[in-house]
Amino acid sequence: MTAQGKIAASFDAEKARADFTILSRQVYGKPLVYLDSGASAQKPDMVLDTMRDFATSEYANVHRGVHFLSAAATDRYEAARRTVQKFLGAASEEEIVFTKGGTEAINLVAYSHLMPVIQPGDEIVLSVMEHHSNIVPWHFLRERQGAVLRWVDVRDDGSLDIEALDAAIGPKTKLVAITHMSNVLGTIAPLKDIVARAHAKGALVLADGCQGAVHEKVDVHALDIDFYVITGHKLYGPTGIGALYAKKAHLKTMRPFNGGGEMIREVSKERITYADPPARFEAGTPPIIESVGLAAALDYLTGLDRAAVAAHEHDLLAYARQQVRQFNWLRVIGDAPGKGAILSFEADGMHAHDLATILDREGVAVRAGHHCAQVLMERFGVASTSRASFALYNNRSDVDALVAGLSKARGILG
Amino acid sequence: MDNALRELYQEVILDHSRHPRHYGSMDNASHKAEGYNPLCGDKVTVYLQLDADGRVSDIKFEGKGCAISQASASMMVDMLKGRTAAEADRLMQGFLHLVKGEDASDLPEDDRERLEVMGGISAFPMRVKCATLAWHTYKNAVEEGAT
Repeated sequence: MTAQGKIAASFDAEKARADFTILSRQVYGKPLVYLDSGASAQKPDMVLDTMRDFATSEYANVHRGVHFLSAAATDRYEAARRTVQKFLGAASEEEIVFTKGGTEAINLVAYSHLMPVIQPGDEIVLSVMEHHSNIVPWHFLRERQGAVLRWVDVRDDGSLDIEALDAAIGPKTKLVAITHMSNVLGTIAPLKDIVARAHAKGALVLADGCQGAVHEKVDVHALDIDFYVITGHKLYGPTGIGALYAKKAHLKTMRPFNGGGEMIREVSKERITYADPPARFEAGTPPIIESVGLAAALDYLTGLDRAAVAAHEHDLLAYARQQVRQFNWLRVIGDAPGKGAILSFEADGMHAHDLATILDREGVAVRAGHHCAQVLMERFGVASTSRASFALYNNRSDVDALVAGLSKARGILG
Repeated sequence: MDNALRELYQEVILDHSRHPRHYGSMDNASHKAEGYNPLCGDKVTVYLQLDADGRVSDIKFEGKGCAISQASASMMVDMLKGRTAAEADRLMQGFLHLVKGEDASDLPEDDRERLEVMGGISAFPMRVKCATLAWHTYKNAVEEGAT
């Protein structure tokens, strides 16, 4: 297997597994097979160690005190911002706003950028494969301000129809909101092409990179994208932190989001002036320890050969795809060319929750349900699917355990 | 198969889920309600005909969902038909105790014997909501679902 050999030369998944203590545990007396990283990834020990080290040696609030620890913590917090900047390829660290996650980042754009300018009849273009976090904030604008949501379909194989997307962008389109990688289908959106087409018509583009940034190298500068959103916990980092990349020009004109400490310049009884971005959008004490954890996670990820990690994940997906072909009662949803390492499926006569319960007893953790993507479920005429999502620490044995579990479930329920 | 799974997916439950009893809509329902589990997208609609004194003279359901939710709904309609309001209430309370692994000795013996197959769910706390969806929907139909 030359492909396997090549991967082994630059990325050793077995070695990486050892970085994640949780993967060595058992559930119900069976080895844990964690195939739910699309919901939340496990964290390497070095992330947790880094957070603990920071909290036990340099922790205090940031941007406030003049004391030693406050200065140290502020340095680490701002260093984390630069780590995110580099990870995303942003031109300036001032273009990185820390949020509590991807959802908050998208809501921030909706509230601070779009809400003040959107007029009834203005349009937001989005695809049917969006996660609810990239749907509901735009529904708010529809409900409250008369914005029109224009939906772009995917093809039966789950691929995005770029011509249909292009056609949906019109003179009233203010924003194209698109996932970089679908959390159900694994479909990767061609962001560079989308940005070029949207900009040609005067529309901005927001990409939800919560899945995409985990699996693909991102360069927001090269993409020329307006907004890009990540969340820490899917990037092998902690919960409670995410980030918004926004072009400096946009951040300058965006109104504040939450009000509170840290985001102001001066407050009096009569008036208020605001801090410059990104602080303007970071009211209150931010997730400080988590920022350090996120930076550690990004260091961990970028310390690996990312192309080799991607090849490893694609190998797992291809292997799993091949293995489930033997089940004529199983239908894979999403087969777009070049898709990321997510396998969603439905099984005849077996509800996803029953399937997931039986797999769980085999130690195999998968996601079952609508995956916060009900518009997509409707598109494919299903109420729910089962989803196995692969991460850098998975291996072919994990796929084998999934396949064996599927056979067993069929035996019980079929 | 491990014992907990065997308990959960007993033949009686699989049979109810594959061949649900009293399945379908009802045009002349006096009460009805829709239940929804946002976690999994499962839906169930319960249709009732209640007598003036609250007796369940007819009951049907329709919906989509997992084996547990469908079997539970099917068993529920099977058992509620003909019950007085007080009997139905007692049955529901006993059922809720049973699926949570709590004491269900209040239930009349024959009811307890019939419902016991659902007791295996108590080993799967994440699935209790699947089993209770139809019952809560029934209750909702009685209390707020007059057509």
